[in-house]
Amino acid sequence: MTAAPLTRTARAAVEVRLEGLSRHYGPVVALDHLDLTLAPGELIALLGPSGCGKTTTLRLLAGLEDADTGHITVGGRDITHVSAAKRDMGMVFQAYSLFPHMTVRQNVAFGLRLRKVNAAQRDKRALEMLDLVGLSVQADRYPHQLSGGQQQRVALARALAIEPQVLLLDEPLSALDAKVRAQLRDEIRRIQLEVGITTLFVTHDQEEALAIADRVGVMRDGRLEQLAPPTEVYSRPATSFVAEFVGLSNRLDGEVKGGEVTVRGITLPLVERDVPDGRAVALIRPEAVGLASDAAAESGPLTGTVIAVTFLGATSRVTVDLGDTRVLAQLPTSDATTLTAGGRVTLTIRRDPVLVSAASEPAVGEEA
Amino acid sequence: MAAVTSVGETPAPAAAARPRGMHANRKRRLNAYRYVVFTIFGLFFLLPMLAMLRFSLEGAKLGTWSGAAWKQIASYQGEGVPPLLSSIEITMELAVITSVVTLVLLVPTMIWVRLRVQWLARTMEFLSLLPLTIPAIVLVVGLGSIYNRIQHYSLSALMLSWVYVILAMPYAYRALSAGLNAIDVTTLSEAARSLGGSWFTVMLRVIVPNMRQAILNALLLTCSLVLGEFTIAFLLLYNNLSVELYSISRNTPNAGVIFSTSTAALLFAFLLLLILSYAGRRRRGRG
Repeated sequence: MTAAPLTRTARAAVEVRLEGLSRHYGPVVALDHLDLTLAPGELIALLGPSGCGKTTTLRLLAGLEDADTGHITVGGRDITHVSAAKRDMGMVFQAYSLFPHMTVRQNVAFGLRLRKVNAAQRDKRALEMLDLVGLSVQADRYPHQLSGGQQQRVALARALAIEPQVLLLDEPLSALDAKVRAQLRDEIRRIQLEVGITTLFVTHDQEEALAIADRVGVMRDGRLEQLAPPTEVYSRPATSFVAEFVGLSNRLDGEVKGGEVTVRGITLPLVERDVPDGRAVALIRPEAVGLASDAAAESGPLTGTVIAVTFLGATSRVTVDLGDTRVLAQLPTSDATTLTAGGRVTLTIRRDPVLVSAASEPAVGEEA
Repeated sequence: MAAVTSVGETPAPAAAARPRGMHANRKRRLNAYRYVVFTIFGLFFLLPMLAMLRFSLEGAKLGTWSGAAWKQIASYQGEGVPPLLSSIEITMELAVITSVVTLVLLVPTMIWVRLRVQWLARTMEFLSLLPLTIPAIVLVVGLGSIYNRIQHYSLSALMLSWVYVILAMPYAYRALSAGLNAIDVTTLSEAARSLGGSWFTVMLRVIVPNMRQAILNALLLTCSLVLGEFTIAFLLLYNNLSVELYSISRNTPNAGVIFSTSTAALLFAFLLLLILSYAGRRRRGRG
């Protein structure tokens, strides 16, 4: 697919502000006084486990649901009580949402037809948008004649055809296979940057969020735990929840003292220095763990037995049994070739700042 | 270099031949089974109809052929009873009015319930099924006093359309419900809303076109119900096609007329439903 030259006249990007948004479903709090600001032209990805409120946030912004409290402003205009039809937002849904009785061209032109744009301009704009997503040759096909990835690209073209102020993407890649997902993810980012539209992207896939967004918002129980650029969310997680949800983390018992934590004899600096002294669980990334094959290694806090080596392509993930706990290490595959299941290894831990959680706090995904 | 078999490569002929042969055998057996079932059911429905047609063509002497019974229908003019053509006209009008009222009532209501008040869906389903569970005679007793009042103002048989709408509801509801279940109404309507469509636009331009087959099915079921309805029209003293054919057969000494009128009614209904079904298919073909 070739990228079309940008001849489209995009509207000026706008700022989106969500202030104190709350939404309850009976006794369940889906959104709890959420504050979020999207800068003009920015792409923010909301990430979090099921039921954290990310889709609710997007639906409130789209006008598909009403907020219990709070305000939404787009480009300085309060749209809290404006109906979905008049919000001027383009939306791509998780489920395939193309109108089955219309051709691809008619689908893309549908929003323009509602805006009473004349037939010639409608057709021109529809083809322009289809060109943008690389599907102009499929213009006269019906949705059932397209693959899942093509249908989502048409949905994106349809959302952009009306020149919306804001683009909303509700897990648009979740129904696609891994390869198409990665391709379309890059495609979405390219188009978003070309058009320069303010975009809210909702996903439960951390890799997707980290790859596509200017900033990632990690949500939990209707609140934002952290909103920061992807690299910061990954390398300097604000809370233990973020640390565990974004990427894998080893949970190793340690002792906090004087702004440092000692884990299995190794002292590591803390991200937050004001943690009270005492027992805690240190959260250590698998890539901070190093392994050295050592057949003669005697038992000790940093020696263990390899249980499994999982090949992931450029890297490999190694599971090591330390006797009282297990540790994951992520190594370049070239370093992992010498390791085999049953082999003895010695661990090293890189002295990166780490987060700690209370010893009693359950891991993400575990029952409290 | 070691041979690498890629996904999608042609498998070895011996391994492939057996499943293909087994598949063909299974398909042949399934087809044979289909034909047997189709033939048995075809005969089950067709034989009584053929017998009815044969009786309607029975001459004065047993075993002879005659078209007298058919001629009698065409020329029949009973006292105080409207002619056959008039009853056909009324029945057609009843079918049109009942179908339109049923669809206009049910389609938007069902879409609205599906989109906005889903908690009402069960209640609506229960209410729509009630006419099936209430015997026609009970309905007539209940409706009798209402129709007594209506007959003060109008004696037209078209007034039957009100009760026919109720009778058609269970069938039309089921057909439309199947159509709604076949599409993702919520996502389609939300997509149309986000593109700037009003609720009216969502229904008319997005949901209804995708329910065309279901609407056609509801239409066919409603029409066939109206064409065949006898009990309520007869008990409420209205003349529709069924009542008229019954009157003809009762008022002529020729027993063959009973069969010719029944066959005529059946053929009429078949023809009408065939036309409706064909029209629907042609529209779909263009769509």
